Amino acid sequence: MSRTWGRTLRRLPWWLAAAALAAGCLLWIYPFLWMVSASLKTSAEVFTQGLDLLPASPAWDNYERAWVAAEFGKYLLNTVIVTVSTVVIVVVRCAMAGYVLARHEFRGRKVVMGVLVATLFVPAGYTIIPLVDLTQRLGLLNSLTGMILAMSGGANVAAILLYVGYFRGIPKELTESALIDGAGFATVFFRIMLPLAKPVTATVTVLTFLSTWNAFFLPLVFTFSRPDLRTVSVGMLAFVGENTTDWSGMAAAATISLLPVVALFIVLQRYFVEGIAGAVKS
Amino acid sequence: MTVALPPRRAPGAAHSTAYVWLFLAPTVLLCGAFTLYPIIGSYVYSLTDWNGFDASPSFIGVANYREVLADPMFWSSFRLTLTFMVFAVPLQVLATLLVAIVLNSPRMPLRKLFRTALFLPVVTTTAIIGVVMQFVFDPASGPVNLALREIGLVTDGIDFLGQSSTALGTTIAVYVWKWFGITLVYWLAALQTVPNEVYEAARLDGAGGLATLRHITMPLLKPFLVIITLLSIEASLQVFDLVLTMTGGGPFYSTEVIEVYIYRWAFAATIPRLGFASAAAVLFGLFIGLVGLLQLAAIRATRKTRSTA
Repeated sequence: MSRTWGRTLRRLPWWLAAAALAAGCLLWIYPFLWMVSASLKTSAEVFTQGLDLLPASPAWDNYERAWVAAEFGKYLLNTVIVTVSTVVIVVVRCAMAGYVLARHEFRGRKVVMGVLVATLFVPAGYTIIPLVDLTQRLGLLNSLTGMILAMSGGANVAAILLYVGYFRGIPKELTESALIDGAGFATVFFRIMLPLAKPVTATVTVLTFLSTWNAFFLPLVFTFSRPDLRTVSVGMLAFVGENTTDWSGMAAAATISLLPVVALFIVLQRYFVEGIAGAVKS
Repeated sequence: MTVALPPRRAPGAAHSTAYVWLFLAPTVLLCGAFTLYPIIGSYVYSLTDWNGFDASPSFIGVANYREVLADPMFWSSFRLTLTFMVFAVPLQVLATLLVAIVLNSPRMPLRKLFRTALFLPVVTTTAIIGVVMQFVFDPASGPVNLALREIGLVTDGIDFLGQSSTALGTTIAVYVWKWFGITLVYWLAALQTVPNEVYEAARLDGAGGLATLRHITMPLLKPFLVIITLLSIEASLQVFDLVLTMTGGGPFYSTEVIEVYIYRWAFAATIPRLGFASAAAVLFGLFIGLVGLLQLAAIRATRKTRSTA
């Protein structure tokens, strides 16, 4: 009895710390709770109910207004199209590049690696003007295709280096025996190497998804003259520019836009955290 | 099955060189067009007078640079960018370290849940957070001001984003909140590299919690401090999404960081000045590049100390 008491006493500071942290975390995610709550209130309730988070009855018509009138249904579809295409292109091209850089000696290898590393830190604000100019001259400025290509053409050095590191660690015998069996270059890559690299692919997918879904600068300047091609982040800014008083509509639109990425995070949390922690470890 | 295969090296090698470049082609083409060309293009465009993407640029030499460097608004935005960094980075790096040390202890209850909650803002879209925060900090009905009034701290709402004196501070606070989780995860990864045996040895030698922290954990974390600080500096220089959606650079340009300055001249002005904006962008790019070089040098230095240790 006294033993368990001692243990509880020793644990007490930890439980106090946990209680303090719990309160802090609740405050931390309060903006999200407030947002979801406001999206379910009527416009009048948002202003009169103040800090009370629960509406009298959920006002689902806010979502209808955001989805149809504010066109967030369309923006969401645009965002999904751009994100999925970009993720597929980035994963495949980074895996291919990482594979040949890791396992093949060829002339120009060092140059390619050097240029890639040199582009590691290029801020968006820095390259946006030539980027828009080039896309316009290609006739792709006001199109989702242009947006997808421009977003897939970021340096993605980290992704390539992750693949390089992984492919380098795979024993040579594995590919050699396949080559003896008559498998070609492409077969070895797509049938053997790429499936083996699943952990890296998961990390690259999650990180690319995150950066593309959350992109703002590029979609903003790519859709100035085509409002129907807006992604959710651009649509959000336009929405509050036009409806400054529709708080519940704003909250519903924001909830629609954030829900997919938050849901994905909760399901695949491990990959998000490991992918980001990798930046420090390597 | 010990039949020696005839050496097929020569034709195979030529064959595979073609494949190597075929595999590199998408990366070379896409990065070449959308990363490399813009980097080089910025320099060329910065030497031109160019009033819109439909107009044709005309060469004017370094006049844009002279004008940018003489523009007090450019220096104001440069100073704001640096102020943002100077306040955001130490706050973020040190506060996350404290929380990470607490969350790293296996005796801490519910630590996974806390990490998830603190990390949540990181995955959300910055531009949307910026817009939502406009409402959260609203002087009349925003929850922050309602709460302040409820506890009796203020009688009238504070217009956090509407006055020059508080707009930058509020933006920095939201920035730190938004990216806190990412630095926290960096620190947790760093703490994981300290092997458990080290702690056990310290405990057997009679070191208490604080002594362990001071003499064992901290010295081992030093190389990570360099990397994490530099990563945070790099990130704090790129705050376009948050600033544009929260304040638009205002009020009275009090939050106009360099990226917003460039954006204003290139995309938001009635007569865009793309050459001028490019010159500002090149200067900003050189500054970021400098920080990047510093980062690589620091990482190399810490690698050396780790391998000799």
